[in-house]
Amino acid sequence: MINTITTSGHRALQIEQPLIFELDTGGSTAVDLPAAPKVRTRLGDLRSDKPIGLPGLSEPEVVRHYTRLSQKNYSIDTGFYPLGSCTMKHNPRLNEKMARLPGFADIHPYQPQSTAQGAYELIDTLAHWLKTLTGMPAVAMSPAAGAHGELCGLMCIRTAHEANGQGARKLVLVPESAHGTNPATAALCGYRVESIPATALGRVDINAMRAKLSSDVAAVMITNPNTCGLFETECIEIAQAVHAAGAYFYMDGANFNALVGRVRIADLGVDAMHINLHKTFSTPHGGGGPGAGPTVLSAALAAFVPVPFVVRGANGFSVVEHAGTGAAQKSFGRMKGFQGQFGVFVRALSYILAMGVDGLRQASGDAVLNANYLRVKLSAELTPAFDGICMHEVVFDDSFLKNTGVSTLDVAKALIDEGFHPMTMYFPLVVHGALLMEPTETESKATLDQFIASLLALARKAKQGDQAEWFKGSPRLAPRRRLDEIQAARKPVLRWRKADVNVAVTKQAAE
Amino acid sequence: MRYLPLSDQNRAEMLGSVGVASVDDLFADIPAAAKAKAKFDLSNTMSEMEVERVLSAVAAKNLNASQAPSFLGAGNYRHHTPASLDYIIQRGEFLTAYTPYQPEISQGTLQAIYEFQTQVALITGMEVANASMYDGATACAEAATMACRVTKRAKVLVSGSVHPHYRDVTATALRFMDMNIECLAPDPVGIEDLIGRVGPDLACVIVQTPGFFGHLNDYTALAEACHAAGALLVICVAEPVSLGLLKSPGAMGADIVVGDGQSIATPTCFGGPGVGLFTTREKFIRQMPGRLAGETVDENGRRGWVLTLSTREQHIRREKATSNICTNSGLIALAFSVHMTLLGEAGFRRLAELNHAHAALLADKLEALKGVKILPTAFFNEFAVQLSKPAAPVVEALAKRNILGGIPVSRFYPTYPELENILLLTATEMNTEADIDILVNALKEVLS
Ligand SMILES: Cc1ncc(COP(=O)(O)O)c(C=O)c1O
Repeated sequence: MINTITTSGHRALQIEQPLIFELDTGGSTAVDLPAAPKVRTRLGDLRSDKPIGLPGLSEPEVVRHYTRLSQKNYSIDTGFYPLGSCTMKHNPRLNEKMARLPGFADIHPYQPQSTAQGAYELIDTLAHWLKTLTGMPAVAMSPAAGAHGELCGLMCIRTAHEANGQGARKLVLVPESAHGTNPATAALCGYRVESIPATALGRVDINAMRAKLSSDVAAVMITNPNTCGLFETECIEIAQAVHAAGAYFYMDGANFNALVGRVRIADLGVDAMHINLHKTFSTPHGGGGPGAGPTVLSAALAAFVPVPFVVRGANGFSVVEHAGTGAAQKSFGRMKGFQGQFGVFVRALSYILAMGVDGLRQASGDAVLNANYLRVKLSAELTPAFDGICMHEVVFDDSFLKNTGVSTLDVAKALIDEGFHPMTMYFPLVVHGALLMEPTETESKATLDQFIASLLALARKAKQGDQAEWFKGSPRLAPRRRLDEIQAARKPVLRWRKADVNVAVTKQAAE
Repeated sequence: MRYLPLSDQNRAEMLGSVGVASVDDLFADIPAAAKAKAKFDLSNTMSEMEVERVLSAVAAKNLNASQAPSFLGAGNYRHHTPASLDYIIQRGEFLTAYTPYQPEISQGTLQAIYEFQTQVALITGMEVANASMYDGATACAEAATMACRVTKRAKVLVSGSVHPHYRDVTATALRFMDMNIECLAPDPVGIEDLIGRVGPDLACVIVQTPGFFGHLNDYTALAEACHAAGALLVICVAEPVSLGLLKSPGAMGADIVVGDGQSIATPTCFGGPGVGLFTTREKFIRQMPGRLAGETVDENGRRGWVLTLSTREQHIRREKATSNICTNSGLIALAFSVHMTLLGEAGFRRLAELNHAHAALLADKLEALKGVKILPTAFFNEFAVQLSKPAAPVVEALAKRNILGGIPVSRFYPTYPELENILLLTATEMNTEADIDILVNALKEVLS
């Protein structure tokens, strides 16, 4: 049933907005360009004058289009976003301002090194903070995101094994609770993956892990704090066992925000760990990215770091760009274009300098306090998956919904109408119907109290019985009701086409 | 600290609710011996003003392109950014949203991705595009591994026209997947034979247009040869503005087109973040890496968008996923899309014309100089020139005159002495005729 309350289809501030292709006014443009100089063209026979099919709009139409689209989005600027594992914290605008300084934004990665000393200094300063905060001797700055950092770490590990005559090791152990990128990354690095079970306390089962350690194991990848929001209490024993078996210890650092200023990763026996600058160090998620995943490395792995990397010499900074020679003799090569996610580095350093080491330590403390406050307060109606104190995030299972006919998904969708972004659902996989919540340190107690009140009320409503239908109908107040994901996947329509064309093509693609 | 809302009173109350005496008690699970070593010699919190002062001083140590005529490209281009573009991407609802996993409250991002996918497919002449990869180089590596999956073959051939970073990143990825790659030597004159090397063992051939040295090539015959041998053709586009004027890779018969949208999306920004463009044929969608937005309807029958075909992705498929990518380049993809929307068909064409005209003007003026030979006969906004001297010191000498006068190819290819005298020059709409004269005059002095 289509909303027929209004003639326009709009509902006050919720305004329906067609696709840019449907707004085409033909021929117009929002960008006036100066006339081109008259010259002989040199395009050979590659010039094409065939229409491309792009719509033409004026500037006011474009600005309104995107402003309206933006208003259909939830965001950290507008509300509480407790997505577990994603660290949706406030993104200071100072960082944006700094990234737009012409001395950072308007410089080229291949201008003479003598003219880019500030850029190398910025990278070196950020690297210094990351190495000091983790206690690790080296950091690879090129990875573009967490998953890319995992790949960087495993590539260093495989290269190290090969250099040490241990190239036959073909197995990586990953806990069942791991994020999907961990096994996906191991596979991309040419490894087989086996999983390690968890204990009832939500930690890696160290005995089960020991049983799997052999001369075939190249690395063990462990998230700490893990995806259940719990610190791996036996982390040091795990590291010792891994090393004793001749393997390396990779730590997924997506949750490093819980530990900053409290413990150094090096003191936990870690060989490699990526840091999601877009989580721990507040750079914005941007509706999906970009991020950056610098990867800190132990002395055993440092020599294999990918190019490029910055070095400081008597005459200032320079960059080592080629593997196989000089300081990059053992480098595994290149994994990213240019100098990594420089614009993200500027934002992260701007945040780090603003926080300072004292502020960072306070931030991890507040993040953990906020999570525990949620844990305790929500336990009035919800069922925590594990007992005891959690770190920066807390996971509940769905046993509080038993026999109600209401699912984790339903509760999440009902939260949307309450004005909150849902928590992470059905992850980690080891918790039945998981609801994983990460409040971060940038939320006030008042916000947490509101969220708690809403979620407890929903839990009570579900437990009343006979409410399944109401829950299944949520959300009702958002720009859209639940969307048909099955149809989307069965008959994929992945782009706009002039009417009728799409139908024929997608039919073919669906087969 | 201004980013932290909890007051000491809040903290005390909350600690009471949790039932511990101090925040430190919440960290009891961390081994005490390890905690005791956590000493950091780092600075403490700074005011906004102080951070601005410190970082502005660092930024001031760089020579930026607003202070000096700049002719740099090689996969990272300086174009004009309309004022409304930066306004739109700084709207908090775009900037501070996560990946649109909750479609009911993410229609803004999802519709924008769908529009982006359509625009990228249109300009490359392909059927479908994904929601972005990290950058052009990693997109190229993803194309190579996808070609291996599609063809069930394990060997990739890379042309000497391909950007060396795209080539190197692809080589790294394939090596760790135990696949083979053959990289042809850099090809500044544009004479390599690819068709003669296509065989039934190849998963794909990877080429680039405009090529790294600026050449424009029609790869239609190569596409036919690839298809006859059961291989795919991957075409890289490092400067997508060129697509406003040139025959599209899709029209040449490409199976996968990858590139970097940086040139349209963002300032040069020292090379990152960019946005990897990835397009292919509809028949390959289930082998594609990366996120996809697709159209559907909600319970009320209203059109909307969701992320779809996620059974290809790591969060569902884990070690069997088509890629490990999770965070991509969403905001830069949005910037790309906004700029393309602002330009529209007419603006996009005109921008491409203007770029080519400025580069052709630069070429005309350089041809009048002794000791400069332009290598490609056909080019877009960038071309390699053979100088009478090694290019690296020439570039240093130009920098002393406050000109960012191109990139010595030796910086990419230090082990090829025959490339020592080759300089890569780019002119975009940002380079005025006055800038071009400054460069040409300075080059004349430096070369004499
Ligand atoms: C535990 C964990 N590991 C790895 C990743 C991957 O990081 P990214 O999205 O930056 O690639 C994430 C984030 O999504 C995560 O939560």
